[in-house]
Amino acid sequence: MTNAPEITGETDIAPPVSSTGIVAWMRERLFSSPLNIIMTVLCGLLVIATLPPFIEWALIKAVWISPTADACRAARGGACWAFIAEKHRLILFGLYPYDEQWRPLLAALVNIALIVASCMRRFWNIRLLYIWGIGLVLISWLMWGGVLGLSYVENTKWGGLPLTLILATFGVGFAFPFGIVLALGRRSNMPAIKTLCIMYIELIRGVPLISLLFMSSVMLPLFFPEGFSIDKLLRAQIAIIMFAAAYIAEVVRGGLQAIPKGQYEAADALGLSYWKKTGLIILPQALKIVIPPMVSLFIAMFKDTSLVVIIGIFDLMNATKASLTDTAWKGFAVESYIFVSIIYFVFCFSMSKYSQQLEARLATGHKR
Amino acid sequence: MASAHGTGIKPPARRLTWNDPTVRAVVYQVIALGLVAFGVWYLVSNTLHNLETRKIASGFDFLTREAGFAIGESPIYFGPENTYARAILVGILNTLRVAVVGIILATLLGTIIGIARLSKNWLLAKIASLYVEVMRNIPLLLHLFFWYALITEIMPGPRDALNPMPGVFISNRGIKVPSPTDHFAFDLAAGGFLLGLILSVVVAQWAKKRQERTGLTFPLMWSSLALILGLPLLGWLIGGAPTQLDVPVLRGFNFQGGATLTPEYAALLAGLVIYTAGFIAEVVRSGILAVSHGQWEAASALGFTRGRLLQLIVLPQALRVIIPPMTSQYLNITKNSSLAIAIGYPDIVSIANTTLNQTGQAIEGILVIMGVYLSISLSISLFMNWYNKHIALVER
Repeated sequence: MTNAPEITGETDIAPPVSSTGIVAWMRERLFSSPLNIIMTVLCGLLVIATLPPFIEWALIKAVWISPTADACRAARGGACWAFIAEKHRLILFGLYPYDEQWRPLLAALVNIALIVASCMRRFWNIRLLYIWGIGLVLISWLMWGGVLGLSYVENTKWGGLPLTLILATFGVGFAFPFGIVLALGRRSNMPAIKTLCIMYIELIRGVPLISLLFMSSVMLPLFFPEGFSIDKLLRAQIAIIMFAAAYIAEVVRGGLQAIPKGQYEAADALGLSYWKKTGLIILPQALKIVIPPMVSLFIAMFKDTSLVVIIGIFDLMNATKASLTDTAWKGFAVESYIFVSIIYFVFCFSMSKYSQQLEARLATGHKR
Repeated sequence: MASAHGTGIKPPARRLTWNDPTVRAVVYQVIALGLVAFGVWYLVSNTLHNLETRKIASGFDFLTREAGFAIGESPIYFGPENTYARAILVGILNTLRVAVVGIILATLLGTIIGIARLSKNWLLAKIASLYVEVMRNIPLLLHLFFWYALITEIMPGPRDALNPMPGVFISNRGIKVPSPTDHFAFDLAAGGFLLGLILSVVVAQWAKKRQERTGLTFPLMWSSLALILGLPLLGWLIGGAPTQLDVPVLRGFNFQGGATLTPEYAALLAGLVIYTAGFIAEVVRSGILAVSHGQWEAASALGFTRGRLLQLIVLPQALRVIIPPMTSQYLNITKNSSLAIAIGYPDIVSIANTTLNQTGQAIEGILVIMGVYLSISLSISLFMNWYNKHIALVER
């Protein structure tokens, strides 16, 4: 006698639906329910409606090389990349003397190298300070010149991408120590210092960057004695530093708050002075926590430097606007804006990807 | 016996020494305050001296003088004969007009995209994440320039304006839509809308109380929808159900009648909404992801449908995470609306700038801008803090 079930047609069940392979993937991720099917169809329609016309405009019908605008005007319905080919030096380097434009190019590369070095974990120590010092000197020498065989170029002629990079990097770089001091001040138990720091941080964070830039351009000259003048670029840089410091202070404060109380108490128990406690125990831990939000802040500042357009400084954005004023090449605004968008996008996107990676590496939580 | 205690070690008399932290604290604070006071005094005295030598008047007297410039668009009447104070009021209204509409639209768009990015549908999730990555990583100013160029350069002139719907015209002069005429019925409808909003809040309060008391639920969504849509309809019907609208018509070189969305306003609004929606989408997404898996699984185990699960379990918990970063996004929209000056929309910054250029009173102009933004920022913060407290977790 056997208890084994008889295999008959009645108990036969269909094999489970395949859960691997492209068909299964599509069934699961695109067509799993009626609602899902509707969404897939709608999204598909959206892609079909936008992508082919865009490709046709941007690639197929586009004019790539042409010395004049006539070829672009003749080819209707296509992008005019010839405009970018014609104007890219103006957009990238502004009014910097044409023959000397290798200098801002080199300066921009040095600047990018500085950013990359700051992103590498093995430089997260005192060496970073030296690297920044050397970088600053190198960039100033390349941009200003005047010594060691380079001709002098005054900073009203600076422009384009190098200027945007300088404003953002040194804006955040110089704001960093101020921000740390402000954050420590805000956490201090001395009421006067705490109040001063809170007032500064909240005042700056409550107003738009534009109002600070306006302040730097119309009010700062009134603040200083007669005959003492700071040039426009430096004034804008000061406004950006003041602005960034308040935001950095809040980011650092978040890090300080995340350090468990035991760390403070242990440092006190060891008899460390306030500065030793802060410098050796608290800040190294707090700053490590705030690196990802600092990167986001840097991205935000990099985008925000474009506001200097409004007080007439020749950064990447303003150089782009200037390239549009040429009457021989009128009407290609969309192409040039797309070109600059790509530049900004490449910088911001790579930094945000870096920040995500870092966050994943530094995170110690429950993830599924 | 008391003397035995008296012979014990007496606490050392308090002396002023550098080793006493209280003394140090006082000294540090006096130094800090002194430095700040000196800095302020130095700047103020310089400023006063400079103002005197440059013969610039100070004070806010200029506000009552005639402005003498025109403003492109204004929700209230403004002409060159009006005062600077009224010009600044127009600026504040214009800023609020774009900020409020921008906050509402960006919240809607951002929430949709944030949820879409979490969708199981691969295509939808990919489109949403593409949107977020692209829009967030391009400066807002570029968005504004781009949209402004698109409207003013790519769109056809009024003569061959796009006409996607009867009565709606899109041209390089902006978007023209039919507007309600000055009929009594439309005022009634607007009143009905407001009444509907207030009543639905009242009903929601009542339904909540009843549910706490008896456990009975109330179809809140349907009742609110009926109130908000039904009352305006009723008002319109009572007013005699007029069907006449003020439809824009092409006369000469431009349209007459109807309501206009100027290119400046449309570009500013589009830029702000599209840019900020990318950030709001991430806020919403991270808020939903912050609700632990256990909550989803427990709710599914209890047999909740997906809609009820989202409504009753996930969203209330996600909102707690979402509200603080959402507040800063709302503040950002308000502050970022100051970029309006770059494309010529007459917001407060642009008008204050014109004012300070005309009167030369730079300090007062900047103070006006900062004062306005600080008060708007503070009000939004206060409201959102109140709301945050309202939904925060109540612990023992």
